[in-house]
Amino acid sequence: MRLGARAGLKPAKPMRDVFGDAMLDLCRQNPKVVVLDGDLSNTTKTLGVRQEFPERFFNIGLAESNMVSIGAGLADCGFIPFVTSMSAFLLCNAYDQLRISIAIAGLNVKVVGSHGGITLGKDGPTAMAIEDFALMGGLPTFVILVPCDPASMHKAVRATAEHVGPMYLRSSRVAMPHIYPEDDCPFEIGKANVVREGGDLTIIGCGLMVAAALDAAAMLAEEGIEARVLDMHTLRPMDTEAIATAARETGAIVTAEEHLLHGGMGSNIARIVAETHPVPMRFVGLADTYTDSGDPDALLEKYGLTPQDIVVAAREVVAAKGA
Amino acid sequence: MPQTLDLPVLKEKARSLRLDILDMTTNAGSGHPSSSFSSVEILTALYFGGILRYRSDEPHWPERDRFLMSKGHAAPLLYAVLAHAGYFDREKLWTLRQVDSPVEGHPVQGRLPGIETTSGSLGKGISVGLGHVLGGRMNGLNYRVYVLLGDGECEEGQIWEAAIAAAHFKADNLIAIVDYNKYQETGPISREMALEPFAEKWRAFGWHVEEVDGHDIQAIIETLKAVQEVKGQPSVVLAHTVKGKGVSFVEADYTFHGRALTPEQAERAREEILCG
Repeated sequence: MRLGARAGLKPAKPMRDVFGDAMLDLCRQNPKVVVLDGDLSNTTKTLGVRQEFPERFFNIGLAESNMVSIGAGLADCGFIPFVTSMSAFLLCNAYDQLRISIAIAGLNVKVVGSHGGITLGKDGPTAMAIEDFALMGGLPTFVILVPCDPASMHKAVRATAEHVGPMYLRSSRVAMPHIYPEDDCPFEIGKANVVREGGDLTIIGCGLMVAAALDAAAMLAEEGIEARVLDMHTLRPMDTEAIATAARETGAIVTAEEHLLHGGMGSNIARIVAETHPVPMRFVGLADTYTDSGDPDALLEKYGLTPQDIVVAAREVVAAKGA
Repeated sequence: MPQTLDLPVLKEKARSLRLDILDMTTNAGSGHPSSSFSSVEILTALYFGGILRYRSDEPHWPERDRFLMSKGHAAPLLYAVLAHAGYFDREKLWTLRQVDSPVEGHPVQGRLPGIETTSGSLGKGISVGLGHVLGGRMNGLNYRVYVLLGDGECEEGQIWEAAIAAAHFKADNLIAIVDYNKYQETGPISREMALEPFAEKWRAFGWHVEEVDGHDIQAIIETLKAVQEVKGQPSVVLAHTVKGKGVSFVEADYTFHGRALTPEQAERAREEILCG
């Protein structure tokens, strides 16, 4: 079944196309925004910017390290550089540059990693970013944003430009269904959105897994379990208050992310839960493994990232809560 | 300090920079004195010999020429130069590598005025400089961007990514200077990871190449003025230097790379610098 169908969510176009639209809108609005590309503008969908604003678009070629440090120089000149490529290639090739040229001094450079998670599918594990939350989490000054639908992508791109300082934004190849009305999405950096109310447990998701969480909540409701669902669109700074409130009010938490469990969103939430209001928790995400190449839905199923996986975790955590 | 072409004054400036580097690193008990010594005349020419346009009371002056210290381990030299140039009080120098001091072991942008880039993992300077070149074009400004590289640093792949791109973008206001002292941390470059034919590599990447005696202040000034006239391609100046220049027993021992002189050694070094 299509992701989001159980929850009645409307299908949308691929997130990278939404990102391309949002990036072009931003360039139209803000003349200080420039785009750096690692020769993947047709993949990340910044091609529209190249066509409409060639003077503010630089293809740096297959040289991510160079590209990131060039971004630092442009930021010093008062521009708002968006450094864009496939997340896995960008972060892994240029981690030293992200750290030295940008993070330590906290420069106003925006890093957009496309094709986050495993749902890029058939290009396989070399191209998948399953470790981007952990990598960017290792750079203390970076704000980390993970939009979950078209409206939140548009808001996230705008917030990325408006917030002064280093930012990481995850984009994806896959289509994520509409969680929010098309032009009406609350988006405040560091403030999670409650997208479904419920008192029996809280499912905290980001990116694609927000839709999966809402599907799971619909399935759980049929069993009489009412799940609250949080869209954790900002991984740093993380919304400690929303997490503590969820723990206190619902007494059980499941996290769901299209990322390695090691160093991902869930482990950071667990730290906050442990410090504020310890409750039973379960974690849906990738175990310590690299996946196969394949159809995105088949991969989500094989590696345990479906609504059904969240349902199983939810049942366990609710049972543990009652024990 | 006002800019000057008066050679004795510049030589005296180089001498006092060496003494400051010596005192800073010996006081800190660590640091990179020999890598700093080898670049003294290069930075003297840039900052005090009329090459670099800057306002130390307005560090972010948009039209300033940029100086990017890519070989970040020469931080003591950079700090001494910035203090002498009036960016901050010279007393700060004696807090090098101490807790609660902004005079970090390697330069961190934003912690002291005049530091244009963070360095200390190597290879980044040309790339950051190219960002300043592209940004300057969009802002309609005509400043120059100078980048000081170490020779061992040129083993980093990013240097050559940036070399390709700077030529592609015809960055003729970008000038790299290599402190070519022929030693990297572990030993002679020719033995550890040979760079020669070095000038030919840069030429093959589309750069204009000059070579100069990196301790001859007048020659450095003349070379840097000459490359200002180069059009349509970036320039690199291979400055042939001596690691540890100015102190005989440091020149003779490359293991001073990441090691400060003891107070006793420093006294001998001071005498040599004062007499040299």
